[in-house]
Amino acid sequence: MLASRSWLSRPLHERSTRLFLGALIAALAVVTLLNLALPAGHPLHVSTYTVTLLGKYLCYALLAVAVDLVWGYLGILSLGHGAFFALGGYAMGMYLMRQIGDRGVYGHPVLPDFMVFLDWQSLPWYWHGFDMAWFAFLMVLLAPGLLALVFGFLAFRSRVTGVYLSIITQALTFALMLAFFRNEMGFGGNNGLTDFKELLGVDLTTDATRLGLFLATGVALALGYVLCRAIVASKLGRVCVATRDAEARTRFLGYRVERFQLFVFVVSAMLAGVAGALYVPQVGIINPGEFSPIFSIEIVLWVALGGRGTLYGAVIGALIVNYAKTVFTGVMPDAWLFALGGLFVLVTVLLPKGIAGLLGYRRPRRPPDSSTTPREAST
Amino acid sequence: MRMIRSLVQGLLCLVVVALAAPAAVAAPDDDGQALLEALDTRSYADKGEAIEALVASGDERTRRWLDALLDGKLQRHQDTGRFVVVLENRGRQWPVADALSGERLGEMSRRELDRIGINNALRGQLHSTLAVLDLRVDDVRARREAARELLGNVEAAMLAPLQQRVADEADGEVRRLLEQAIAIHRLGQGDAAAVEGLAGSLNPEARAALRAAARSDDVALAEAASGALAGIEQKLKLNRGVETLYFGLSLGSVLVLAAIGLAITFGVMGVINMAHGELMMLGAYTAWGMQQLLPGQPGLALILSIPAGFLVAALAGIAIERSVIQFLKGRPLETLLATFGVSLILQQLVRTLISPLNRSVVSPEWMSGSLMINEGLSLTLNRLFVLGFALLVFAGLMLVMRRTRLGLEVRAVTQSRAMARAMGIRATRVDILTFALGSGVAGLAGVALSQLTNVGPNLGQNYIIDSFMVVVFGGVGNLWGTLVAGLSLGVINQVLEPWAGAVLAKILVLVFIILFIQKRPRGLFPQKGRAAEG
Repeated sequence: MLASRSWLSRPLHERSTRLFLGALIAALAVVTLLNLALPAGHPLHVSTYTVTLLGKYLCYALLAVAVDLVWGYLGILSLGHGAFFALGGYAMGMYLMRQIGDRGVYGHPVLPDFMVFLDWQSLPWYWHGFDMAWFAFLMVLLAPGLLALVFGFLAFRSRVTGVYLSIITQALTFALMLAFFRNEMGFGGNNGLTDFKELLGVDLTTDATRLGLFLATGVALALGYVLCRAIVASKLGRVCVATRDAEARTRFLGYRVERFQLFVFVVSAMLAGVAGALYVPQVGIINPGEFSPIFSIEIVLWVALGGRGTLYGAVIGALIVNYAKTVFTGVMPDAWLFALGGLFVLVTVLLPKGIAGLLGYRRPRRPPDSSTTPREAST
Repeated sequence: MRMIRSLVQGLLCLVVVALAAPAAVAAPDDDGQALLEALDTRSYADKGEAIEALVASGDERTRRWLDALLDGKLQRHQDTGRFVVVLENRGRQWPVADALSGERLGEMSRRELDRIGINNALRGQLHSTLAVLDLRVDDVRARREAARELLGNVEAAMLAPLQQRVADEADGEVRRLLEQAIAIHRLGQGDAAAVEGLAGSLNPEARAALRAAARSDDVALAEAASGALAGIEQKLKLNRGVETLYFGLSLGSVLVLAAIGLAITFGVMGVINMAHGELMMLGAYTAWGMQQLLPGQPGLALILSIPAGFLVAALAGIAIERSVIQFLKGRPLETLLATFGVSLILQQLVRTLISPLNRSVVSPEWMSGSLMINEGLSLTLNRLFVLGFALLVFAGLMLVMRRTRLGLEVRAVTQSRAMARAMGIRATRVDILTFALGSGVAGLAGVALSQLTNVGPNLGQNYIIDSFMVVVFGGVGNLWGTLVAGLSLGVINQVLEPWAGAVLAKILVLVFIILFIQKRPRGLFPQKGRAAEG
């Protein structure tokens, strides 16, 4: 490996990354072409509705990559990544709310509709600044990042790992969900933020904007993937994998394990925040339901189905599960929970390496063990 | 047959005629008529006196007249001057009865009748007068009700009959209430001696009277009243404290019930069972189903559903262990995901097979109602039962773990699986039994919960995070820790609730636990020794 190559561009020379990026770019190009070039009546035409749906899937894919980064390579099963996703989404939602300006139902020049409805007189302090795009986009990264930093700092410092960490991340997102459901919080209560008009001065409802958002999500996924790949392939990534497989041993070798964990955890949270921020303008609403612990566990299933510790597996899993969800809830909504529940059981019992394992791509490392420390030989 | 019927009819006719005759013909039932005549006056003050005269007369029809007067149904016929009681004042033609004899007079047009009107002052007077009248009934409960009605509603004219009642009354509770009612009245008149009678009373009326007296110009009276008020406030504060503690313990007992099964499977086996809440749901549905099987016998159904709920949940637990968990040994995070899948399936199964809607389970009579400690404090019985049940289940589990062969083997496997196997303990069998035990306890929790909330497919989901919190807070693998953690979290939640609100209290508790885990990653009562590693 050449020393001149920066760590960030290194993954671009890997075969698997090139394959993934190639497939992603090809898919983006095909969808764009089918959407723009073909007339609406054509059987192969991809409608704008479908484009937005695909954009939503790509957001989930980016979220799944973020989860895979911490679960697959760090051994931290976060059951609270939905919280980071939702925080990023809320930051974006607040910006979009401020963009509505006086075009709301009540026509108030500054206050969003729900605040006028609740008879608030002035904007709460934490809503200031969200009328500026740069500030809002910064917050998309900082809000989840800071939460992850504080939470991770406390948790990793006192060596809360494994099952305990999973449970308290779940409690974290549950607490946030309860908090955001409160009207007094100033985030729209259980209705959340919605009724968006435009983003960066562009009307959100037009077909061109929809396609643009889809492509932007695709680019974000590509960049996120490369970033994660770069982290994983770096020396830092090696330490992470060592931590995953034998935390105590890594610590004895002189590595400050908690620092590595914290860094990767924060990066992952920020990626999740970006995914949430791209998700909100496409689906047009953000509400506290995104904080629900079930959603966070579902993300983990996407990763498990695709194959953890591979990154591309996370993308595959997210796409498959969400496509299946769309189909099922349309055709027979009652069966969806059976299918999802069955998938959880089947994947964990029969497919511990997920679809990536089925593809036969052999990674040289030993397969990840979910417990952070090697337990004594079981049974 | 026919002869008999006609005979009976004839007799009946005779009786009716005989009854109706005196009232219809020899009308001047002078006393009653005179008393009612006095009511038919324009002056409300005179009416008030007439009412008092009525009560003083001791006429047994007084109650009926006053009731009718209160409802605006005591009326007078314009032409005959006869007093009637309107039985039904809807439409144009009203069925009426003679006020004096009670004889039914058929229908009269509303235009022929004049109502004997009352105003608000009279209405108040009537209420308290009726209450005094009610004090003469035989039923103790009705008497207490009537006495309570009198608090703050005593008029000067009622004092004499009331004091007579106090002297005659056999029931202590009624006597106490009446004395208070009289004291409230005296206090209103500025009688400082009455304060003593109200000291320590928790009735809102007594407090209102004392508060009014505390503002009076009479210094001695005001001082005495504020002294008594302070005493009452003290007592109320204690009451509120006890109430909060009770609700907290009640909530805590539910948490303990929900978490203790988890503490066994999680703590002892290292298995994260996300379907634990759904096992509780199965227990709750068993209680519901038992009640459907035994309609009209909620008590028996509930008692039977305790073993049934245990069995159903334990069998479901064994099925989960055999089909899923045994393949995921030593991979706790995967177990978490798989059992979460199981929980989704169980939820949907109930939704499909039974109903997505909530079902309510009827509480048996001996569990409904409440235990009254004093006027300001009553403890609902169903919560008390659940609290007791939780402690019982806990004691039972402790007994199993400490005193039985199974408990010994479970503890051995927990501490060192390999060594236990080497000593001839069949670890797989222990796993199955432990999981069945934990699941069965979840079923028991469900049966208990069915008495507190509605039974629905989401029942378990609402408790799963809380119960994990309890187990982690208490220290994994420690049943005492679970008990202490559950009860204290319940109490903390209730203490926070008044000033933070229910949701915020819950959030604060969650944040508190998250921070607590940072400080003590192994919970309140950490395991020591080898079992602590890993």
